[in-house]
Amino acid sequence: MDYQNLFTQTQIAGPKNHGVPINEYDQRERTTGIGFNYLLGKLGNAQLGPVYLGRLGVASLAFGMAAFMIIGFNMLAQVGWNPIQMVRQLFWLSLDAPSPKYGLRLAPLSDGGWWNIAGLFCTISILLWWFRTYRRAKALGMGTHVSWAFAAAIWLFLVLGLFRPIWMGSWSEGVPFGIFSHLDWTAALSIRYGNLFYNPFHMLSIFFLYGSVLLFGMHGATILAVGRYGGEREIEQIVDRGTASERAALFWRWTMGFNATMESIHRWAWWFAVLTPISGGIGILLTGTVVDNWYLWAMHHGMVPSYPSTGVVDPSLSTPAFMPPVEGVK
Amino acid sequence: MAMLNFERKYRVRGGTLIGGDLFDFWVGPFYVGFFGVTTVFFSFLGTAMILWGAAHQGVFNIWQINIAPPDLKYGLGPAPMMEGGLWQIITICALGAFGSWALREIEIARKLGMGLHVPCTYLVAVFAYFSLEVIRPVLMGAWGHAFPYGIMSHLDWVSNTGYQYLHFHYNPAHMIAVTLFFTTTLALALHGALILSSTNPSEGAVKTPEHEDTFFRDIVGYSVGTLGIHRVGLFLAVAAVFWSAVCIILSGPFWTRGWPEWWTWWLNMPIWH
Repeated sequence: MDYQNLFTQTQIAGPKNHGVPINEYDQRERTTGIGFNYLLGKLGNAQLGPVYLGRLGVASLAFGMAAFMIIGFNMLAQVGWNPIQMVRQLFWLSLDAPSPKYGLRLAPLSDGGWWNIAGLFCTISILLWWFRTYRRAKALGMGTHVSWAFAAAIWLFLVLGLFRPIWMGSWSEGVPFGIFSHLDWTAALSIRYGNLFYNPFHMLSIFFLYGSVLLFGMHGATILAVGRYGGEREIEQIVDRGTASERAALFWRWTMGFNATMESIHRWAWWFAVLTPISGGIGILLTGTVVDNWYLWAMHHGMVPSYPSTGVVDPSLSTPAFMPPVEGVK
Repeated sequence: MAMLNFERKYRVRGGTLIGGDLFDFWVGPFYVGFFGVTTVFFSFLGTAMILWGAAHQGVFNIWQINIAPPDLKYGLGPAPMMEGGLWQIITICALGAFGSWALREIEIARKLGMGLHVPCTYLVAVFAYFSLEVIRPVLMGAWGHAFPYGIMSHLDWVSNTGYQYLHFHYNPAHMIAVTLFFTTTLALALHGALILSSTNPSEGAVKTPEHEDTFFRDIVGYSVGTLGIHRVGLFLAVAAVFWSAVCIILSGPFWTRGWPEWWTWWLNMPIWH
């Protein structure tokens, strides 16, 4: 078998690359330290750094660290400030959302209030990071496609922790911060609302998730397979098509009767990846707010067989998904 | 119409694995080859079996069509046609079609002087299918442990199989697989966006790989580069599928209790005391 392009076999150490110059005011924010790593060089670029600090980045890291510390210290408090038990029980520990009796009011810190604060700081951190990606793209004169893809992920994040809890009228609907606890939340949500597999937006989200992995498998493999023709020089191949693009296109045309171009494959990629959290977010937002039982919804629309009526009232229909907290009652 | 303006010079003879020049030609945009013929054979036969099963059941609602594997009582033996026999034939057809497709991809790659990355990647996906429909049922002793062919019915199978192990999210291989699925999608979004943001700039001419590297170094301090991102993406995608196969082979043949219980080894390690 011929040589297959999997790892870089000969590394050439070039001069340090300090990046495309930006305006002098911003340039001060770019670090000058640059390192090289041999193992990274086997896979891709060996160069580490420089990095751009900037006010948005520093503020984002500060808020992110604050959220991380709040979650961490809450967990530490739960194990009686014993660091060994914290390591032992790390996957089981959790900073939970307030209990339903508080509705959308702020709960005492020890009873879910910290969850709101951690969530707020985490959200601020993420939004600041979004502005950072936008500003850095603009500073280089590039398009803002990365930022808008990031925004799609932020949409799902905000649906889970902000929009759906508000629509449901209770912070208790939010996702807990914890390894096993967020998995428990996911399973509980699915069971409570009649199995999320029957939710068509969940179906779409999974379709795009698997489709994204399929596309990156196909695209990554195709580019490596035409590596000997310089296929990884994608921008050049887009503006001035060469034999790498032609062979890559013909491979898929001959295989499945259709091919993308060097530019359009990246549009397919972008849309598949971006539609994963967009459709997923829609599916979550409708769960419990608009649709109470996805299985019954699917039955109503003929996707699953209907069974003869038994005369027994479905408890999930006789009990609404959400009962507003009664004011003034303890 | 069938040929792109640069295509003619690439349409050369040779590169076949079997049959010499026998099926070495194109139909419209499709390359045929010996394995194109076998792909078509298995695909049509398998699809016809599904339609036959649907007709026999009188179910033509696309969501509700369901060709189930044999009952557990048939073990690993053949089942009567309408009690899982169809499922067995369809599975053979599927594996025949998938194998043919991979071999045809190898022929096309050889014709175009390309590496074999695509067929090798594809075979990892076929391995995941093979794990679900053959390896795990064989290890568990009955075809009835395989998943059925149907849109809603395969979702029900996933749900039921998951709850048999109490809470499948606690399966460590499933955790790794899901993390890899999400990471692949994140990486794909970043790669697609980076190329599009370079060729559709907000200002001035089309940007260069220097700009791509600079953007990611500015943001996170490292850019893997134009070649590296395709290796990263391919690795992530293949690893996601591989760990998916691992997580289901573990469930049943190697672990029969609830997955949350599996984690007690960690809590009970002697180092904590």
